[in-house]
Parts: sequence; structure tokens; C-alpha cells
Amino acid sequence: MKRRHFLKSSTALTAAAGVTAPAIFSPLKAQSRQETLLVVAENTPNMMDIHGVGANRPAYEVSWNTHDRLMTYGVKKDSTGQDHYDYSKLEPELATDWNVTPTSATFKLRRDAKFHDGTPITAKDVKWSFDRAVTVGGFPTFQMRAGSLEKPEQFVVVDDHTFRVDFVRADKLSMPDLAVPVPVIMNSELAKKNATTADPWAMEWTKNNLAAGGAYKIERWQPGQEIVYVRNDDWKNGPMPKIRRVILRIIPSAGNRRALLERGDADISFDLPAKDFSDLKGSPKLNIVGTPVENAMQYIGMNVKQKPFDNVKVRQAIAYAVPYQQIQDAVMFGRAIPLYGGASNKAKGTNWPQVHGYKTDLARAKALLAEAGYPNGFETTLSFDLGLGAINEPLTLLLQHSLAQIGIKAEINKVPGANWRGELLKKSMPMITNTFGGWLNYAEYFFFWCYHGQNAVFNTMSYQNPAMDALIDKARFASGADYDAAVKGFVDMAFDEVPRIPIFQPLLNVAMQKNVTGYRYWFHRQLDYRQLAKT
Amino acid sequence: MLNLLLSRLATAIPSVLGVIVVTFLLTRLLPGDPAAYFAGLAATPQAVAEIRAKLGLDKSLPEQFLVYVQDLLSGNLGTSLTTGQPVTADILTRLPASAELTLLALFLAAAIAIPLGVLAAVKQGSWIDHLCRIVTTAGVSLPVFFTGLLFAYVFYYLLQIAPAPTGRLDAFLTPPPHRTGFYLIDSLLVRNTEAFWGALAQLALPAASMAIFSLAPLARMTRGSMLSVLGGDFIRTARASGLAPRTVIFTYAFRNAVLPVITVLGMVFSFLLGANVLVETVFAWPGIGLYAVNALLTSDYAPVQGFVLTMAVLYITLNLAIDLLYGLVDPRVRLDA
Amino acid sequence: MSALLRHARYVLSGNPVTALAFGLFGLLLFAAIFGSAIAPYDPLATEAARALKPPSAAHWFGTDQLGRDIFSRVLVATRLDLTIAFASVILAFLLGALSGVAAGYFGGWTERIVGRIADTIMAFPLFVLAMGIVAALGNNVTNIVIATAIINYPLYVRVARAEANIRRDAGFVEAARLSGNGEARVLLGHILPNIMPIMMVQMSLTMGYAILNAAGLSFIGLGVKPPHPEWGIMVAEGANFIQSGEWWIALFPGATLMLAVFCFNLLGDGLRDIVDPRQRT
Repeated sequence: MKRRHFLKSSTALTAAAGVTAPAIFSPLKAQSRQETLLVVAENTPNMMDIHGVGANRPAYEVSWNTHDRLMTYGVKKDSTGQDHYDYSKLEPELATDWNVTPTSATFKLRRDAKFHDGTPITAKDVKWSFDRAVTVGGFPTFQMRAGSLEKPEQFVVVDDHTFRVDFVRADKLSMPDLAVPVPVIMNSELAKKNATTADPWAMEWTKNNLAAGGAYKIERWQPGQEIVYVRNDDWKNGPMPKIRRVILRIIPSAGNRRALLERGDADISFDLPAKDFSDLKGSPKLNIVGTPVENAMQYIGMNVKQKPFDNVKVRQAIAYAVPYQQIQDAVMFGRAIPLYGGASNKAKGTNWPQVHGYKTDLARAKALLAEAGYPNGFETTLSFDLGLGAINEPLTLLLQHSLAQIGIKAEINKVPGANWRGELLKKSMPMITNTFGGWLNYAEYFFFWCYHGQNAVFNTMSYQNPAMDALIDKARFASGADYDAAVKGFVDMAFDEVPRIPIFQPLLNVAMQKNVTGYRYWFHRQLDYRQLAKT
Repeated sequence: MLNLLLSRLATAIPSVLGVIVVTFLLTRLLPGDPAAYFAGLAATPQAVAEIRAKLGLDKSLPEQFLVYVQDLLSGNLGTSLTTGQPVTADILTRLPASAELTLLALFLAAAIAIPLGVLAAVKQGSWIDHLCRIVTTAGVSLPVFFTGLLFAYVFYYLLQIAPAPTGRLDAFLTPPPHRTGFYLIDSLLVRNTEAFWGALAQLALPAASMAIFSLAPLARMTRGSMLSVLGGDFIRTARASGLAPRTVIFTYAFRNAVLPVITVLGMVFSFLLGANVLVETVFAWPGIGLYAVNALLTSDYAPVQGFVLTMAVLYITLNLAIDLLYGLVDPRVRLDA
Repeated sequence: MSALLRHARYVLSGNPVTALAFGLFGLLLFAAIFGSAIAPYDPLATEAARALKPPSAAHWFGTDQLGRDIFSRVLVATRLDLTIAFASVILAFLLGALSGVAAGYFGGWTERIVGRIADTIMAFPLFVLAMGIVAALGNNVTNIVIATAIINYPLYVRVARAEANIRRDAGFVEAARLSGNGEARVLLGHILPNIMPIMMVQMSLTMGYAILNAAGLSFIGLGVKPPHPEWGIMVAEGANFIQSGEWWIALFPGATLMLAVFCFNLLGDGLRDIVDPRQRT
């Protein structure tokens, strides 16, 4: 089918709408189009407050762009020359300078920083916000704890512009954890005015109201339809953003999002199927960027507490039965980093994820199954998250077909998106495909949540092995050669025991008009409007 | 007249009660656990249990039902998990969008189907009659989401005649100040022609998709009703008296045939209001159907309950209005009741 | 019987469109019964290498994103879709016609209760009710059939009630009563068979609606479980590929869907001609 060449100027837009109308074209409209970034997405943010109960991922984007944190991460170039956040460099945001000792970190705060309502930002606001993060429970508290930030007593107001964090233990993740989306700095006076005795942290009010001082303010808040941001022209905590206005529109249909991008009626979008990104790669009008998502993978998980998956040979058999290349081609259209088919199952280095040695070999799979005592296969259920159905559905279909060849009859179970977490918590699904990625790019961070016997919800395989735990715990607090040995140890064990079969490392794909510049990959996988510009 | 109203209301109340009970049961049967959703990533089972208690989901079903009814009576329809807003507010903002779309679609369908039906009845058995039958039946045989997708692809993407399917209004036009919530009416009230044409352009494709789907019942009923009226004695008399065919058809036949058509219009309207779910998904129309579907798929109870209740009340009100209209127009009905 | 057939042929010859509909119906039945036997490829066989190929001599309808032959899938899906349609229509008929004639015949409390149930169902936005039922009970063929039957129930009740009401005092009913038949026997043995022709018209018309309903549910994600081929699911999956130019994935199942529903609608009209000359087109 021949693709047409589309006119991108606003004339085309107005001419299109103008068939039934007098000219909508006006100089005002053309100029405002240039100053505005039009983002299209599938899922709506459900609140402005990242501490809120049930805050969804799009809500993180709202919070990131409208609030400040003490520090942020620096930038480097990745292997394709694309801007990429640098997890080894922490840079000033609200804090202009800091002094780190083994027991504490003292931050000097910017003197002329103000919240959106003009109130000066002081250390007591930082303390109130951090106290809130560690007290309200749920995801924010859990994330703070990942950097050993656990009690309000750790946060000390030294004076109006000096703030100190006391450490409860030496944790190399404490400082990086202060630059993730969760420890935002909120306008404590404004929030307290809207608190009640039943709701001392003003959680109800902050869902739909901003108490912030970040680079962008919210002009129009209509969850499910559109969010309009406007730049905070008094922002002091970083370089002034170039884009004056950002409009986020929710467009449920993927086909329409693609059409909008191709016709120039949208500027940037993450949410397209892999196939569309693959198709659009050569387009003269659009820039397609695919950044490997750090510390993340799509995998097959098997519940080791249920027969027959308690038998390691069964798990290895399935690892040889996964149709890896077909998934790479027909599901991801090449837009993923393969994690299969390596030379062996031995760890190479301390990065994560890594390539394992399994590849599609049905004969070997059948042999292993027979050795395990299941020469005729068995029946099981394969579950997946329907919310990510674009990838999960074809993947499970291909897997189902492949498993059938070695005698394993898998019935497919589609679990609606919002129920997926609940199902994972139950830990009763025998076999799943799932994706997981950690914010902090350390192998032991991933293993702590996914392989450790503490049996967190992300340990979907219910894998509990004291030997593995010992290696993980060692790696978390070791360094140098000890660290390397521990990491290689637990990676080797993970590949041998294979309770989870890594398939590929996903890419974070983004499509944008050629005139949009400054895109930077962030670990939270949301869009940071502050670096973007339109030429 | 008043008797008619009261008797109709009396029969409507049990239906509303039935709707409330069935919706409550259905949403409680939905798989999924709002508590787990609320508790968020990496919550421990204790945290989930706490949230469940906070949401009142650990109470028994009859207790929860009582709480639900109490909330209903105070006008509280709960809060949506996905948009984070109170359901009442969400419904009030989104209902006009669906209603505007449905009314326009109905208008389009009636404008095509009624003349077609009259023509088919007058020229019964001819090729026009067959064509009418084929066209309308074809229209109702296509899944409405398929028509919508096809339209968007052909008219927006390929031919570039229609505007981007991004909702009710282009991103760079400001919506008119809120009076009725109907963009067409509100923009005319403040004489904002730019917004008016913009809104109309956005409405074109989704309304057309829905109109195609509604042609058949309207055309069929018009045709059938006209046929039975045209066979009546008074028409024969009118013709014998030498009246012009046009007068016979419009002044005499059509006026009498139109009553069942009104009933069908009402039925089609309420059917469309519920079935526009699919069209709204395709065109990103911020209406009540899309809202309900998203809520249903994410096991978000409150919006689904609110949506169904609103639709049921609307449907019953509409039927009531049609019955009353009938009574006004046709004295026979009034006398019978 | 032969009189009916002769009459049918008379009506059909004057109405080529209905004849066409009957022919189409025959074709669909054939595909439903023999589909899996005559399908050129295994409808479930995935093969990434031949994914997304346009229609050709080897694959008449092309292949989908997992390399499955679309023609085979469309053919085999006929059985599933027709089964869903038939099953839900028959279920709705059994529930609706029986309660409807009882309501129309006995009147009083029976009529009030049945009427209230039908009204409550009708007060729901029907498609959303079907969605709710399938979402609550789980998406498999049984529940889709049940949901579709429930939302079609009021229609059958209304027609059955009206027809039974008309015939309540008819001559043949009086005669049956006088012969000593119990009420149940009169209902089931005399009134029900008498209204069968009209009910058949209803059934044919709602058959098409049942297929569309299943397709709509699949589009939303509440349809049959994969990998079973079903027209609605195939259209829903194919919808994602229209923009990128692989139009055949959605078009062929969509066209077949339309053809089937079209056929049932025309069939309903045609049956009405055969059965009730007053309403003949």
C-alpha cells in the first residue's frame, strides 16, 4: 500500500478541517503550534501526587515535571549518540551543593527558589515532604526504604536553607534514591491548609491540586482527556525549559496515535506497538529512538513451589523450548535486545540483564522432559497481563504452539491489567510471562527484588534458595573483587536453576517529529519536558 | 394525563431497583481486587488487607449493599480509580459528549432513513424498495467499530478530508464556555463560529459510523408503518377524491405513520447511548461509553455502577417522555389510559 | 409440509434477494460443518517466517502477524460463530418464549413478574450488560452465549406475550381447553406451535445481532480465548494493522462477518414473507 506524503504545516491541518468551514488559519494558531508540544498517550494519569494511593505510572510523569527534587541525574551520550541520564552523576536541582560523610549528607538549598504560589522554598518544606514519603506507606515508602531512608528522624532541618539526611546504615543507594521521582518537594504550608484531622498529609487535596514549585504548572487538568501544562517562568532550579506549553492528549486507539504522528498532528509519543516503531524507523518525517531499558527484561516465570516446575530439569526443558527468534521477529519486529543464544550459561561481567546460553532446541527439550519423568508432557496454564497484551498475547501464542510440540498443553489465561498485581500477589499462577525493570541500575537491586528468599511480590517464581540469598546479600554491601565474584555467582545460579527464563531486554521506543530535539532517556521511562525543544 | 404519568412511574420504580441490585452484584463479581490495585506496587499482603478494610471491602455483601444505597441517596456515586475523580463529576462532564454525538447520529440516520422508508413504501416492490432493504440491512450488519476504523483510515489518513480523531475539538481550539455541554449549541450561543465548525468537523466521522448502524430499524419501521397506513380506507378516499399524490403521502399518510417511528427513534436512541462504547473507543471520544469500558476492564466498580444507573434512569425517563408525547399527539392513547 | 415448500418457492421466486439469502445460509452451514476438513492449512499453526503476507495464490486471504493462514481461520471460525449465534438464540427463545407465552396467556402476577424482569434487563445499556456478565463470569464461549441470550430475552418475551395474548381467546384454544387439556398442555401443545413461525422470524433476526455482539465483546477484549479463530477477534487484532497497510487481516473476517449477519437479516425478512403475508415485502 502506497504511503502518501503528508504536508506538515498548519495549513494542511486547517485545510483538512476547513472543508466544511471558513478558514481556521490564523497567525496566532501557527505561532502557538510552534510553542506547544503535543504529546499523545494511551493511558491517563490518575492524580498529580506521586505519594497518592494507587498513583499510576502516567502520574509519575505529572509529578516529575511539576515538582522539584533535591538533586537530579546528569546526562551522558549512549552508544547511538542519544542523550541518556547518567546514573553515576548527581547534579543540583533544589540543592546547590552537598557534603557527604559516612553518617550523613548535608544539603545547601537554593536561596531564591519559590513555589508556584510565590512562597519561598525552605528546608522545612523538604522535611515535611520527606516525612510524608516515609509515613504514608505503599509504594513511596517502599521506594524510600530501598535507599535506607526509613524514618522521619533521619530528616533534619539545620536552618532555612540547610537540610541534613542522617543515614541508618551505609547504603550506596541512599544518595541516588534522593533523585528518583518519589522524594519530591511539596509546598508544606499550602498542603497543611488543606489537611484535616483525618487526613493530616492532605492526601485527598493533592490528588487534584498542585503544591509544588517545579518547571511546569498545570493549566488544565482533565484526566482521561487532556492535561495542559504551562511553563513556570520563575523556575530557578535548573536551566529554563524551551517549550512554553505542553498538551498531553489521551488517544486510546494505537492506530490513531500512529496516524496523528505521521500526519504531523502530534509531536511525540511512547505508546505505539513494536511493529509501528519498526515500520516508522525509515520515515523521513519522524525520528524513532529506541533505548534499551536498563535493568529490565521480559521473561517466562515458573512457580517453583508447584509441580512439575519444582523440578529443575523441567524448567531447563522449557528454556530450550521457547521460540526465541520467532518472538524477536514476529512479536518485537527486531526492536528488542535478545537475551538468549549466548555461548554458555556462565556470567560475563556484572551488568544486568545478561545473555544466557539457552536457545530453541526442541529435541533437547524433549530429552530433558523425559529425564525429569514427563516423557508425555503435562498440562498447565500460561497467564499474562492483558494490559500489556500487544506484546504478551502473540508471545504466549507462539510459546503455546512451541510447547505443544514437546507435549506440554498450555491453556492461555488473560488477566486484565488492573487485576494483574492482585494475581501476582497470590503467587498461585503456575506459569507466566511478565516484564520487570528496576529504577536503580544495579544487578543486586534486581536480584534482591526478584530472586531473594524474602519473597517479594516481584519474585513471581516464589524462588527461595539460601545459597542465592547469601550471594545477593554479600553483593549489596560489598565492593571490588568481592562484589564481582558475588554477582557472577548469583547470575550463574540464576541461569542454571532457571526459575525465570529471560527472553529479551525491551527498548523504550519513542517517535517524534524531526523538529523535536533534546529527548533524554530516563530510568523512570517517562517524558521529561524540561529538556525538549522545537526548532 | 397525570394518571398516565403516575402509573408509568409506578412501573418504572421496580425496574430501577432491579438495575441497582443487578449492577451491584455484577460489579462485586468482577475479578480483580481494587484493594490490591490501590495498595500499589510491592505491597505486602498485610498492606493490602489494611487498604481493603479502609475501602470497606472486607464487610459482608449485604452490608456493602446498604452502604452503597446510603451513598446513592446522598448523591455520592464513589470515586474512579483510573481518573481519580468523583464519579458524579466524571459523568456530568462526559454525558454531554455522548449525548451530542448520539443525537447528531440519530438526526443523520433519520434524515436518510425516513425519506428512504417513505419512498420504499410508496414504490413498493420496485428496485428502490430492494435497494433500500439491501443498503439498510448492510449498514446494520457491519460491526460499528469496524466501520469507524475504516472511516478514520479512509477519510483522515488516506484522503485527508476529515480532521484528526483526537476527541471533540482540535487541541488548539478552546472549547466554548460551558452552558449545556453541547459544543455545537454552546459555540453558537457565544457566536464562536471557529469552535462550531471545529466541533462539527470532529463529530462528522463518529456520527456517520453510528448513523449507518441505525438506518435499518428506522427505515424498516417507516416503511412498514407507511405501508399499513397507505392500505387504509381514508387514503383510498383521499386518492379517489382526486388529491395530488404529494398531498396524500405527506399530509395524510405520513402524519399518521409517524407515531410508531417516534417509538423506534426512542428505542434506537437508548440503544445507541449504550452501544456507542465502541465508537468512542475508536475516535477517542471523551464520552460516557469509553469511560465505562475502561472502568469495566480495570475492575473499577464505581464508574461502572454510576454509568449503568445513569443510563437506566435516562432510558426510563425517555420512555416516559415518549409515552407522554404519544398521549399528546394521539387522542386514542389518552382515552385508553 | 409440501404445501409449505410450494408456498416458499412461490414467495422466493418473486423475491430474488431472499433466495440469495437462503443460498448464503446454505454456504455458511456448509462451511461450519465441513470447514475444518477442507481448510488448506492448520488454523492454529504459527510460522513467523511467513507472517504478514498479502493475499496470494498460496494464501487466498493472506497471513496474519503470526504467520497463520487467514482463509483457513475464517473458514474454521464459521463453526464457532454460528454455534455462538445458534446457542444464544435458542437459549433466549426457550427462556423468552416460554415465559412470554405464560405471561400473555395467564396474565395477572405471571405477566407482572415476567414484565418486570424484561423491563429491568431492557433498562440496562444492553451491550454493557453483556460486557459486565462476561467480565464477571469469565470470558469463555458458555458465558458469551449466556450473556447474549440474556440481552435478547426481553425481545422474545415481548413478541411471545403479545402473540399469546391475541390467541388467548381464539377458537382453537377454547376447543383445546374444552377437550380437557390442562393449561400447560394448551400452552405448550397448541399456542407455542402456533406462534412458532413468528418466533422463527425473530430468531433469524437476532442471530445476526448475536454474532455482532460476540464480535463487539472480542474487540473490547472480552471475547473467546485465543488461539481459537473467531471473526470478531480476528477483526479486533487486524484493526491494529490497518494503519500500517496490512488491510487483509481485518478486512476478510470483517467482510465474512458482515456477510453472515447480512444473510441472517435478509433471511429473517424472507421468513416473514413466507409466514405472514400481511407483512410481505
